[in-house]
Amino acid sequence: MYCLLIYQENLESAEFQTGFEGAVFMSENILERVLTRELARQIDGILSNYQYDASRLIGILLDIQQIIPKQYIPEEIAYYLAQKLNMKITNIYDCITFYGSIYSKARAEYPLQICNSIVCKVKKGERLAMDLKKILKVEINQATADGKFIIEMVPCFGACDVAPAVKVNGKVYGNLNNEEKIKAMLQELV
Amino acid sequence: MTMAVKFITKNFGRYDIRSLASYMKIGGLTALKKAIQMPGDDIAALLTAAGIKGRGGAAYPMGKKWLQARDIKAAEKVIICNADEGEPCTFKDRTLIQNDPFNLLEGMIIAGYVIEAQHGYIYLREEYSYLKSILLNAIEQLTEKNFLGKNILGKKGFDYELHLCSGAGAYVCGEGTALVESIEGKSGRPRMKPPYIKQCGLYNHPTCVQNVESLSLVAAIVNDENNIYQKYGTKGEKNSIGTKLISVAGNVKQPGVFEIPFGITIRDIIYGLAGGVEGQPIRLIQFGGASGKVASKDILDTPYSYEHLAMAGVGVGSGAILVVDESTSVIDFLITTQAFFSHESCGQCAPCREGNRHIRLLLQKIKDGVHTQADIEKLNSIADIMTVSSLCGLGQAAQNALKTAMKVFPDEFKIMEEGVKIG
Amino acid sequence: MKINGVQIEVESGTRIIEAAKSLNIEIPHLCYHPDQRIKALCRICSVEVVGSKKMSAACSTYVWDGMEILTNTKKVYDTQKGILEMILANHKQDCLSCSRNGNCELQNLCMRFGIQRQTLDKAVNPVYLDDNPCIERNMDKCVKCGRCDKICRDVQGVSAITWAGRSETFKFTTAYNKPLMDTDCVLCGQCTTVCPVGAIVEKDNTQTVWEAIQDSGKHVIVQVAPAVRVALGDIFGLKKGTVVTGKMVTALKQIGFDKVFDTVFAADVTIMEEGNELLDRIRNNGILPMITSCSPGWVNYMEKHYSDQIDHLSTAKSPQQIFGAIAKSYYADKSNMNKKDIITVSVMPCVTKKFEAARPEMTSAGVRDVDVVITTRELAKMIQYAGIDFVALAETQFDSPLGEGTGAGVIFGTTGGVTEAAVRTVYEVVMEAELEKLEFEDARGLQGIKEAEVDLKERKLKIAVAHGLANAQKIMEQIKAGTSPYTFIEIMACPGGCIGGGGQPLNTTIDGKKMRMDAIYEIDSNKKIRKSHENPEVQKIYREFFGKPLSEKAHELLHTHYHKMNRRYDFSYLDES
Repeated sequence: MYCLLIYQENLESAEFQTGFEGAVFMSENILERVLTRELARQIDGILSNYQYDASRLIGILLDIQQIIPKQYIPEEIAYYLAQKLNMKITNIYDCITFYGSIYSKARAEYPLQICNSIVCKVKKGERLAMDLKKILKVEINQATADGKFIIEMVPCFGACDVAPAVKVNGKVYGNLNNEEKIKAMLQELV
Repeated sequence: MTMAVKFITKNFGRYDIRSLASYMKIGGLTALKKAIQMPGDDIAALLTAAGIKGRGGAAYPMGKKWLQARDIKAAEKVIICNADEGEPCTFKDRTLIQNDPFNLLEGMIIAGYVIEAQHGYIYLREEYSYLKSILLNAIEQLTEKNFLGKNILGKKGFDYELHLCSGAGAYVCGEGTALVESIEGKSGRPRMKPPYIKQCGLYNHPTCVQNVESLSLVAAIVNDENNIYQKYGTKGEKNSIGTKLISVAGNVKQPGVFEIPFGITIRDIIYGLAGGVEGQPIRLIQFGGASGKVASKDILDTPYSYEHLAMAGVGVGSGAILVVDESTSVIDFLITTQAFFSHESCGQCAPCREGNRHIRLLLQKIKDGVHTQADIEKLNSIADIMTVSSLCGLGQAAQNALKTAMKVFPDEFKIMEEGVKIG
Repeated sequence: MKINGVQIEVESGTRIIEAAKSLNIEIPHLCYHPDQRIKALCRICSVEVVGSKKMSAACSTYVWDGMEILTNTKKVYDTQKGILEMILANHKQDCLSCSRNGNCELQNLCMRFGIQRQTLDKAVNPVYLDDNPCIERNMDKCVKCGRCDKICRDVQGVSAITWAGRSETFKFTTAYNKPLMDTDCVLCGQCTTVCPVGAIVEKDNTQTVWEAIQDSGKHVIVQVAPAVRVALGDIFGLKKGTVVTGKMVTALKQIGFDKVFDTVFAADVTIMEEGNELLDRIRNNGILPMITSCSPGWVNYMEKHYSDQIDHLSTAKSPQQIFGAIAKSYYADKSNMNKKDIITVSVMPCVTKKFEAARPEMTSAGVRDVDVVITTRELAKMIQYAGIDFVALAETQFDSPLGEGTGAGVIFGTTGGVTEAAVRTVYEVVMEAELEKLEFEDARGLQGIKEAEVDLKERKLKIAVAHGLANAQKIMEQIKAGTSPYTFIEIMACPGGCIGGGGQPLNTTIDGKKMRMDAIYEIDSNKKIRKSHENPEVQKIYREFFGKPLSEKAHELLHTHYHKMNRRYDFSYLDES
């Protein structure tokens, strides 16, 4: 039997395509250890802000994501939350994979989120993506070598009146219709 | 007829959005003070007389919804303000929160009074996290001055608290039951109905979900002693009373949010308020966001109202108007719209998950010019199956654009033979 | 209300699918399961409601007065077929080599609607590597019905499988797509009993059994668990709960086993060991409450989730393993055979037994106690393979010397059975008087947690009987908190006990389990000998071989030890100062 072994790295894009009959995936078995005592203390602080209430999981995950340098939720932290909140790990995994703003893969310090919905598209948002790729010399979803930037395509975030727009860690930069404005934004961030 | 009006938006720019005192100086909270002297049924009657329909897209009569919620007897009831404005091309709720947050909260408190709820939740989409501090600040100031909390304004038993919850990047969480699932800390997958959330919603309490714009109207209507609101709008047997916030974007020169009276034409909106199109002629106009129906520029002289748009084969929806010019082809427009739904479908029910997948594949075939007549039939039948049998509104509305585009632009779907379209 | 124009009357609170059933109309469904919460995910049950443009899901919509339903219009059929075709396009069509060929709900629906070829593009999901002895997950066949998730979460309380992802990446999977052994899963196999297709199935070991039988140099013996004999008949069309012991033995002989023995014999030995262990703990300040250990899914659950409390488990091996140990020692000696030439096969209602048999500590002198385990479903496959007409078979008795079982041993197959069997022996040993009423009603029935009390003059025995892991968790939380009032606890991982095991015939409902339970108690009441210590073969084996219960030899062969299962992450380093 033809058997294609693919690691979970490429999963998100691979699963979205068809024709994978016969492919066998192996989930990552490398235990990534990021939970230092200091980080655990910070997470415990966030948890007590939410009174260790498991029904506030979404807010908890978003707050934790912000204090992780690469802006994501590592697998180890998900298991730590399962223990601290007395929840099943499967419920936490479900939330992490479901919500578009909660990430399970490391990103960068400043994720540059470009809208790929129809309004920005008709305003030539693709040029914005191309320009950023050219300036930063990376592909979409590939972090720069210094870990500072990553370009992500996301659905509409309500900045249609200033299209084409980029959102970075919650702040919207609009009307980026030429390279100078894009470079100015990048300058401002660093 | 005047084009832009200021009824919902009358407070914009007139007070410091971070200061309750500044809001009260321009007359803020008078509606609340007036409302608690009135029986709840009368307030609902005011909304009915003003013909307010839910502004999130479902257009359910607001007064009727409040009366139904009021009639349900339960120890705990909940109101949710749906600020998960995820519909592409819609940014009116953002504008309301950015410019008039205290008005929104006043509307929520009045709603709490009428419906006899004890808790109000604002579900703010994660993409609007920069608006969190505005709302939290407003809630804090209102609580400080006992406009929130226990025995509000001295009314014994009127206990009401507001909470702010964040979304996390899921368009489907704009659906009522999915929103409730999200606030409960789970993935936002819509629940099956029955039970309906008005009976069994957040933590199984009776829950009433309202859009930001709907709640922002409440204070103005309560204060509107001279019925100025009713003066706007269309007249006739089926009519649309009053004003609406619309968000116009796309290939227009001045995209933005405008408050318009129902009845002005679409031409007035695009060429009058939004400054006209950018250069190329209009290809199509989509009404109501990505799940909205599509029309050609033949619709320009139709008045903007519930009944006229319905007759023209489209709808008001979220109040979004997307203008697409000829630099984008119909197929590219549909592929991008489909990509949005393929990304946002929660995936739990087979028609929506698989239907979106196959329509995505078929649209790509059409773009590549390799489709057959059988593919067009499949496209039609899958779109119909999704519309009638999906579990929630996302699946039911996802193919509105495709179905209307196939009716309005049939040439785009003709079979190709060696570069030449057949038929 | 009306269905297809026919007027009927039903109680309010009935759903459309049930109302239609009362008219003998079977509305097609996939995710619906009568013993589970309604999911309404597949939407294949969509029907037309007069007056509405949208269709309604028959499994979740309640009827109202005056409702008019149409289940046979073109719109309904086109919608149902269309959804079925879309689900089929997402399913790896591998029917001939699939273990559910001929017994698959998706196949049934396709045959019903005459779907002959696929018209949509294939869109099959990839598969994740998952290697364990009991359960096979073929995620490329999953139809996303959610039944596995519901049974793992609601009934077992383990929640090892969940829905995850969105849109085309939506699937039912484990956390981080890990193999089952790396998750909270204890391999109880309940998921394999509810999957409508071949996405979650038991590992098939029938080929190993055939090879052993066809090897002339091997002496292949088989033991059969009590719960199998009241369930096997289901697969051959007999009424649920029919007792087929005699036919089963004949079939096994025809398949080619050299000897056909009864696990019930070993169950009696288990009672001797476990009953005396309980008395020993009571009298000598041993760890109490003592918990039964014959359910391997339950043992896995203890080792994984309550590893600090594993000393509460009885050290007695399960009947399957006790049989195997006896087969490779006592039986080998008696038959003058080299234990290396004996292959023990066991037929179990359980998939976890495959894991138990493969445990490193379940060997004696380098030889496995039990070599191969097959489930009730796999036995049915072997019977079909051999072309045996099961229903027409004559009855045969079990072989000697390991085929004699008492009524006490037979009731092991249902929840409360181990307790009742233990009480029958322990009472007579302690009180040195005959137990008049053998039926221990307090331990019987399908209630989740049952409590009972037995007055032994030296002490009152407070007993709890739990089945289903969600109920087991409640018991364990009490023990963890130190507030458990019990002396002896019986826990079975599967709801209903072994009669509802992970290896039993598919889609057994709660009603079916009740019928099997009644059948087991019937076998017991028809037995001449109903107490384990009165089994002459058991008395013989102690006389000739073990000496007495808990002797050194008994400890060596019939007892075992447990260990903590490693969890994926251990955060205790954070608490160290």
